[in-house]
Amino acid sequence: MRVAGKGLVSGNRTVNFSFNGKAYMGLEGDTLASALLANGVHLVGRSFKYHRPRGILTAGSEEPNALVTVGQGGATDPNIRATQQELFEGLAAKSQNCWPSVERDVMALNDLAAPFLGAGFYYKTFMWPAPLWEKLYEPIIRRAAGLGALSGAANKDAYEKAFAFCDLLVIGSGPAGLMAALTAGRAGADVILAEEDSRMGGRLLAEVEDIDGRPARVWVAEALAELEGMENVRLMTRTAITGAYDQGTYSALERVSHHLPPSQSLKTVNRPRECFWRIAAKASVLAAGAIERPIAFRNNDRPGIMTAGAVRAYLNRWGVAPGERVTVFANNDNAHRTARDLVAAGVHVAALIDSRHDAPDGEGFAVIKGAVVCDSAGRQRLESITVRSVNGEEKIQTDCLAMSGGWNPSVHLTCHMNARPQWNRELAAFLPIPGAVPGMVVAGAANGSFSTTGALREGAEAAAQALAQIGTKAEAAAIPVAQDAPYRITPLWAVPGKGRAWLDFQNDVTVKDVNQAAQENFRSVEHMKRYTTQGMATDQGKNSNVAALAVLADATGRSIPETGVTTFRPPFVPTSIAAMAAGAEDQGFKPQRYLTSHPVGLERGAHNIEVGLWYRASYYPKPGESTWKQSCDREVMMVRNAVGVCDVSTLGKIDIKGPDAAKLLDLVYSNTFSTLKLGRVRYGLMLRDDGFVMDDGTTARLGEDHYVMTTTTAAAGQVMSHLEYLTQVVRPDWDVRFTSVTDQWAQFSVAGPKARDLIDGLVDEDVNGETFPFMACGAVTVKGVAGRLFRISFSGEHAYEIAVPARYGEALFRLLTARAEEIGGGPYGLEALNVLRIEKGFITHAEINGTVNAFDLGMQGMVSAKKDCWGKALSEREGLMDEERMRLVGLKPVDHAKEISSGAHLFDPEATVERVNDLGYVTSVGFSPTLGHMIGLAMLSAGPDRMGDTIRLVDHTRGIDTLCEVVNPVFFDPEGGRVRG
Amino acid sequence: MRITCPLCGERDRREFTYKGTARAIPALDAGVGPWDDYVHMRDNLPGAIDEWWQHDMGCGSWLMVTRNTVSHEMIAVVAGEASGLGLAEAQAQAEDQA
Repeated sequence: MRVAGKGLVSGNRTVNFSFNGKAYMGLEGDTLASALLANGVHLVGRSFKYHRPRGILTAGSEEPNALVTVGQGGATDPNIRATQQELFEGLAAKSQNCWPSVERDVMALNDLAAPFLGAGFYYKTFMWPAPLWEKLYEPIIRRAAGLGALSGAANKDAYEKAFAFCDLLVIGSGPAGLMAALTAGRAGADVILAEEDSRMGGRLLAEVEDIDGRPARVWVAEALAELEGMENVRLMTRTAITGAYDQGTYSALERVSHHLPPSQSLKTVNRPRECFWRIAAKASVLAAGAIERPIAFRNNDRPGIMTAGAVRAYLNRWGVAPGERVTVFANNDNAHRTARDLVAAGVHVAALIDSRHDAPDGEGFAVIKGAVVCDSAGRQRLESITVRSVNGEEKIQTDCLAMSGGWNPSVHLTCHMNARPQWNRELAAFLPIPGAVPGMVVAGAANGSFSTTGALREGAEAAAQALAQIGTKAEAAAIPVAQDAPYRITPLWAVPGKGRAWLDFQNDVTVKDVNQAAQENFRSVEHMKRYTTQGMATDQGKNSNVAALAVLADATGRSIPETGVTTFRPPFVPTSIAAMAAGAEDQGFKPQRYLTSHPVGLERGAHNIEVGLWYRASYYPKPGESTWKQSCDREVMMVRNAVGVCDVSTLGKIDIKGPDAAKLLDLVYSNTFSTLKLGRVRYGLMLRDDGFVMDDGTTARLGEDHYVMTTTTAAAGQVMSHLEYLTQVVRPDWDVRFTSVTDQWAQFSVAGPKARDLIDGLVDEDVNGETFPFMACGAVTVKGVAGRLFRISFSGEHAYEIAVPARYGEALFRLLTARAEEIGGGPYGLEALNVLRIEKGFITHAEINGTVNAFDLGMQGMVSAKKDCWGKALSEREGLMDEERMRLVGLKPVDHAKEISSGAHLFDPEATVERVNDLGYVTSVGFSPTLGHMIGLAMLSAGPDRMGDTIRLVDHTRGIDTLCEVVNPVFFDPEGGRVRG
Repeated sequence: MRITCPLCGERDRREFTYKGTARAIPALDAGVGPWDDYVHMRDNLPGAIDEWWQHDMGCGSWLMVTRNTVSHEMIAVVAGEASGLGLAEAQAQAEDQA
């Protein structure tokens, strides 16, 4: 019901919206909650467990009950708090957790079964038989209990993340926050003022009071006008600070377009739904205010029962009276303002029930002192309350009860770095401890200063204090004259009596549940929380945790400080994963690296495979080939018989220069490079600190002090970082510089007996066995382009790698493949490359998997005895050269038709297949068209001593159980004649 | 968390990669004992410790960061070459003698 002349909403601008399919009208400036109340709609949802009818409890982000679903299809947003959802034309919201409708919810039967559904019921009830857990109990429980549901469709909404920086972050824009921002802004500091509401002003928007002799809202408007005029102040509304982190980092969630019709928030107008901010602030003022707590009494959860501050906010800010015959139930003076404001607005206040005998008298309303509300009635809307006093019990007809058990300062952010708040007896509340978050000063209600004067003064002082930490001096501001009423309270947490009295409305936790937890010895507040689920819903118990632990303290005979609080963790308000992950969906999940030959692969229908971030052609199908294996087999034979061209640019390439370059290579490689001659390439092995193999690759000496190192594709980044370590930390005195040139050079392997035929004529230089013998390298001119040629081979064939600046890569690849095809060759992909290298027993990171050392690979000779290298000391540890270690061997199936698989484990054929008999595992397999059967590389205990033995290969995952022969890992051309030919 | 890179200024920790405890590196020929101690035996005491962080999403610097693991306070950041943990001096002497 609207109250004429009240509120900050625009009386003549109407907004149409619907709730549960029914059309309503609200006003501009309304939230969904205020508009529903204005339309007399109190029943908004059903509770989590008992499916009790629930209404609107609060007017802020702490709302536990009034959660609704907004939007359609993939853009569905469940669990939107009606108290935060601003009204817009065409808004369609619906209730959650009810079927078929919020008025007639079948699952309300749960409420009748309440005696069986108390704390821990499912730990005790659905125990046996165990198989029914997943099949029956859990699906039923999941269906019965719950909040809103996602659509299951992909969400097309845009989300964003952003960084911001400031000197002072002011959190909250009530009297304390505004004064802090004014003080800091006037001092010239870079200020961000963040307010989670759509409108700045905090409680001043919800109260009737004067500041400096004018209505508070006028002072707010003037303060905002001044702040807006300052270039150094940034005002962020709809932005909740969600967490406080190290070195002044704060997270924030901005609701960018939840208040706009969907047509205005599509990607096309570049407006995301939400933005997740990371704010780096040199200092901060926490002026987050306080959250009012309900009082637990029997049936205190009916629609129409609200917090007193919320009733006042609906009246004063939105011009809505949530009832026609309102009652107030309180234990403090503050709540008397609700009755006062309602009466002043012409709303009938039936009675104010105050649990204190010394409560003040009312002006224009009756105060029943020393009394409590002990029950309520009304099915889908409050109809009456029962008041208990020394005179006995009395029923009072009422359609709205405004209750207040006092206020909890919003200390949450002060606890995000492990501090615990301190109990204050006088205020019956937890207060933040100073210095809890470095650089943060707390002011106003968040600090327990509940009067407006106190908030204004503390806001100014906090800003000055926070800025002083960073060396900025702020002038002492004149503190405006405002109300300075004392906050008098006598604790009342729960009204004694039978029945269920709710603490946590969202998770349906009652006083009984907490008492039961205590009885069952879940006496620690953290245990009680988990046993009852108190405070574990999306509202994180913002308005119920303190009352719950007070009840627990009572049940266990301890004081509240002894009982303690549960841990406050970020985020302060529910934060959608879509916002935190903004930009990382779809193509943004990880960068994609494409080779210069990629367009050629696409034209040829090459199938691509992801290798780290790279996309590489795995095979190039020819007409008539229907499987990858047909293509792969052909490509392997093509390389063995003619010539193949493969893009190998993904290998890490590091250009190293300087007088001490050779020293660096000697340090990083286990073998010696200082003896490498100009124009030659050498294969090398790198070890980690612990002596195991880090990576392998070749390094070419291109000049007197100039080398180019290649790493594996997988370890390119790791090796680069390692070189930085060796040169920056270990030997900063060496004169050597290097840089990654992986992306700058396109490099292609040309392999096969006809490799020289292909290269000859492409480069200006004469390429023959004398100018370019095996392991030679040098500068060449490729069709007029300065390039490099390396006579190296990863296939065992006569092969070259030819490199040109990346901008010529595609052209050269086209030329190479075209020329190759003229002489019976063509391009080959990663699958063929892999088969070719397994046939030669060449290793990759499938073999050097972090548990393998040089000895295991049969490469102990590569750890030079003549010099020291990184990792050598620990490579010589006892046991690392034990013959029984798993060592590299080749495997072939005894029955050549059989399949073998990588990841399979190896056993003695006489032994049982169990872990204790495990002798090793297969690292790489492929079908060798050269040999006509599958081949594999494996790490096998005492492997080289088992040559010719039969071993049992077992792969439970793929159902493979095959006998294999242990053979030399070099399957093809073990003498290496072809590579030198 | 924010780290002040001596070259780039204060940056978000997402630009850095943690690289382990920073300790004096044994000579390459110190043998298994000192290297085993260096690689495997970490005190892991609460309080101020030296750690390596690489500014790999920035300038590539290896930085020795002194950080309190209890309060998360950043105490100091120095570039790798100024850490004094490397082999430069000792090794240079050995090389001169050889």
